[in-house]
Amino acid sequence: MIRFEDVSVTYEGAAEPTVRGVDFEVPEGELVLLAGPSGAGKSTVLGAVSGLVPHFTGGTLRGRVTVAGRDTRTHRPRHLADVVGTVGQDPLAHFVTDTVEDELAYGMESLGLAPAVMRRRVEETLDLLGLAPLRDRPIATLSGGQRQRVAIGSVLTPHPRVLVLDEPTSALDPAAAEEVLAVLQRLVHDLGTTVLMAEHRLERVVQYADRVVLLPAPGAAPVVGPPAEVMAVSPVHPPVVALGRLAGWSPLPLTVRDARRRAAPLRARLATRAPSASAPHHTAATAPTATGGTGITAAAVARAGVADALPVPVSGTAPLRQRQAVTRRSLFRRRPAPAPEPSRTHIAEVHGLCVRRDRVQALRHADLTVAPGETIALMGRNGAGKSTLLGSLVGLLAPASGHVTVGGVTPHRTAPKDLVRHVGLVPQDPRDLLYADTVAAECAAADRDAGAAPGTCRSLVSALLPEITDGTHPRDLSEGQSLALALAVVLTARPPLLLLDEPTRGLDYAAKARLVGVLRALAAEGHAIVLATHDVELAAELAHRVVLLAEGEVIADGPTAEIVVSSPSFAPQVTKILAPQRWLTVAEVREALA
Amino acid sequence: MSPRERRRTGGYAVAGRAVPRATGGLRPPHSDGSPRRGPARAHRSAGAPVSDAPDARRRGATHPGAWWLWAISLGTAATRTTNPLLLGLLMAASGYVVATHRSPTPWARSYGAFVRLALAVVLVRVLFAVALGSPIPGSHILLTLPEVPLPHWAQGIRLGGRVTAEAVVFAGYDGLKLATLLICVGAANALAGPTRLLKSLPGALYETGVAVVVALTFAPHLVADVRRLRAARRLRGRPDRGVRGLLQVGLPVLEGALERSVALAAAMESRGYGRTAEVPVRVRRTTTALTLGGLLGVCAGTYGLLTAEGGAYGLPLLLAGAAAALAGLRLGGRRSPRTRYRPDPWGPRAWLVAGSGAAVAALLTLASVRDPQALHPGVVPLVAPGLPLGPAAAVLLALLPALVPREHP
Repeated sequence: MIRFEDVSVTYEGAAEPTVRGVDFEVPEGELVLLAGPSGAGKSTVLGAVSGLVPHFTGGTLRGRVTVAGRDTRTHRPRHLADVVGTVGQDPLAHFVTDTVEDELAYGMESLGLAPAVMRRRVEETLDLLGLAPLRDRPIATLSGGQRQRVAIGSVLTPHPRVLVLDEPTSALDPAAAEEVLAVLQRLVHDLGTTVLMAEHRLERVVQYADRVVLLPAPGAAPVVGPPAEVMAVSPVHPPVVALGRLAGWSPLPLTVRDARRRAAPLRARLATRAPSASAPHHTAATAPTATGGTGITAAAVARAGVADALPVPVSGTAPLRQRQAVTRRSLFRRRPAPAPEPSRTHIAEVHGLCVRRDRVQALRHADLTVAPGETIALMGRNGAGKSTLLGSLVGLLAPASGHVTVGGVTPHRTAPKDLVRHVGLVPQDPRDLLYADTVAAECAAADRDAGAAPGTCRSLVSALLPEITDGTHPRDLSEGQSLALALAVVLTARPPLLLLDEPTRGLDYAAKARLVGVLRALAAEGHAIVLATHDVELAAELAHRVVLLAEGEVIADGPTAEIVVSSPSFAPQVTKILAPQRWLTVAEVREALA
Repeated sequence: MSPRERRRTGGYAVAGRAVPRATGGLRPPHSDGSPRRGPARAHRSAGAPVSDAPDARRRGATHPGAWWLWAISLGTAATRTTNPLLLGLLMAASGYVVATHRSPTPWARSYGAFVRLALAVVLVRVLFAVALGSPIPGSHILLTLPEVPLPHWAQGIRLGGRVTAEAVVFAGYDGLKLATLLICVGAANALAGPTRLLKSLPGALYETGVAVVVALTFAPHLVADVRRLRAARRLRGRPDRGVRGLLQVGLPVLEGALERSVALAAAMESRGYGRTAEVPVRVRRTTTALTLGGLLGVCAGTYGLLTAEGGAYGLPLLLAGAAAALAGLRLGGRRSPRTRYRPDPWGPRAWLVAGSGAAVAALLTLASVRDPQALHPGVVPLVAPGLPLGPAAAVLLALLPALVPREHP
């Protein structure tokens, strides 16, 4: 269906080809996953299928790409529109009309289908994607998952034989991602659509792929093969694969189910060393005690399995109470710093906070306390109020009622100049923070803004991004690099409380690992960190506490292990594989086995 | 059955029925026996009434053009009078219809912006009259501002000086007229956004229309971007207000807007925007000739109408030119293979809506000729405006669309 014949693409002004030696074929009805680190050319390969590369982006394409027998050299994207449906990274940039129904019809109108056919296909697609209740809704009012489904639906209605998707689940919460993936599954299995998609979050998609095309590095020839084989050599891989590689399983498991079936011996090995039900005395002696909100009582776990040890959702002040419980052990031995000692001075306190945004009650009576050195993950659906809570903590939004104090000041009444010394936020799109033409100018401005000694920001940047040069334009940085630069800019003022909104969106595993290292070091220095994230693996690796939000209310607040273990959608893969033992990350397991 | 329900069942009835397929040079990939139909039919077969004709039109919706005509007619009516009571009545009537029938799209939110703009227009008009003086003679002096002496070349311009009640009232009436016009345009936006109007454009103009509407949505996005980036300035410890802040975010905002536009253009291109059909050379030439000739005719005809000596040939030339241009547009539509999904029907509701607007405009125009005193209350001498009953009743006709069943319950 899609055939690449020795394709290489060189963009204008680039010395080296972005992709080289791409030569593979996707047969009809396959779901093929395009994996690889950022900058390896995934979007370029996808663009070549829809003809946008090189017709729209410019550059030179050598070799030949054919889709359903049409050569993209002679067919412009608009003339491929009836065989290829393309959904880009940002669904909002994809919409031409205002309402769901019109959007679904737009592609067919361009192709000139008969009105009766259009009408029927719109109804079918509404049902297929579960969009029927939303048919009259303006697109602006939809949630992230709904938008992604509308975007997919809008390219499905012309009945393309090939669907090309660029990071369809990256910006979605776990539940919405499953929604979208279920739809793709159905398209492939019921209708024989060919799907080619790129995705960073392999843990979500790799098990659905029939084959994986791995772009190991920029300009390197792709590796094509069955998922298990490619994952064995891939530099990017999900935790289930990392665990499989660690345990030496072959063939590698790709799903939690496969891994669980093989994991019995591993569980037995871990049971003796693990901080789990079987050996409370062993770990109690070795692990640090009194770990604030992060410990769980060994006795409770010893008595009951995971299911019985589900925590009762506790309010924001609960960690204080929990600290008085008897036995404590830390599951998070790999953390450089154990969670903070109980301290009376909270770095930030939120009480009964209500915030309205555009006539919507974004937060209702939210409570949160943050202690120095603590890392908290805010989780919940798209639109649950995570960003609003972060916004209130930096004074971007004034509370309708309730109060917020950060470091003893009320954020929205404090001058920005003073507030940056108390709290810093890295927004969802870190580029929002960057105005200057070069990295050096950005750093100099950051020093001035924060009143820090000249060179402070630049030395932070050098620590986070050793390879970056002074003259680089901030807009030319990759996602991970601009995040690091924004982080450095925020850290220049040395705020004791650091907030991050969706920091891992668009980051590959390597960039994510670097970010985890940086944030751990910051927490060890005593920074309190609050991150809003959909990434359960990140929360498992970093957070001492998880706060779950739903419809603007705090519905659970407690130690990471308790909250994520008890939730089917928020549990990381390692937890699911090794349950009822409470491991969260591969790194923990590796350390326990060493 | 409500119109909404009828639409739904209409949709279900169509599912899985044999419907004529796409015609023309297009090859539907999943042709007959399309697997796509399978699951949809399976889960829908339960109890859906079956009808033969597919509901390809959007029943129960009022044609957006009708709302625009209604609003423009009200605006026309507003230009015929300066009576604040009648103008207030017009604003109230349009506001009431907006309150009952506004669409749920983001465009509807712009009504508030239009109301604020209208208020600003009145204020600015009055302030100018106060500061710059007014040619209206008056004897009721409200206050005397210190007058700024101006050089003789600026004769005729006055800064400060006496402010008379007559001048202020006259400016207020004048501003109110303009404000009513703005509110009517806002009402049209709220009742049927430009994107819905776009669907009714002739095929030849469609692509230009899309460009215009995309450009229109550019502004709200830009405003949102500016707001976000100014908020981000706060995160850097810089003041988030003031002109400097606005200037500093200018470049990033434009960069972001450009990137988004390019992304949208790419998405539109890959969804088939700008596909053209092959048309015979003869048709193409005829189209060009008709359009060019028609436009020339329109220009010459207008010139004829406006000049004294061209009265005889002016009107026929104008009409012929317009007809030729329209024919050219229609023929030009053949180049675009576009079809329309559920076009809005021009039904009785559309007639009612457009008709009520037209009636208001016509009656007020008539009244302004018959009884100019009532529609233009005197300023010199200052009198309280009275409410002329006939025109007031005519304005109330504008409320008729409120009786049309709502499309968006």
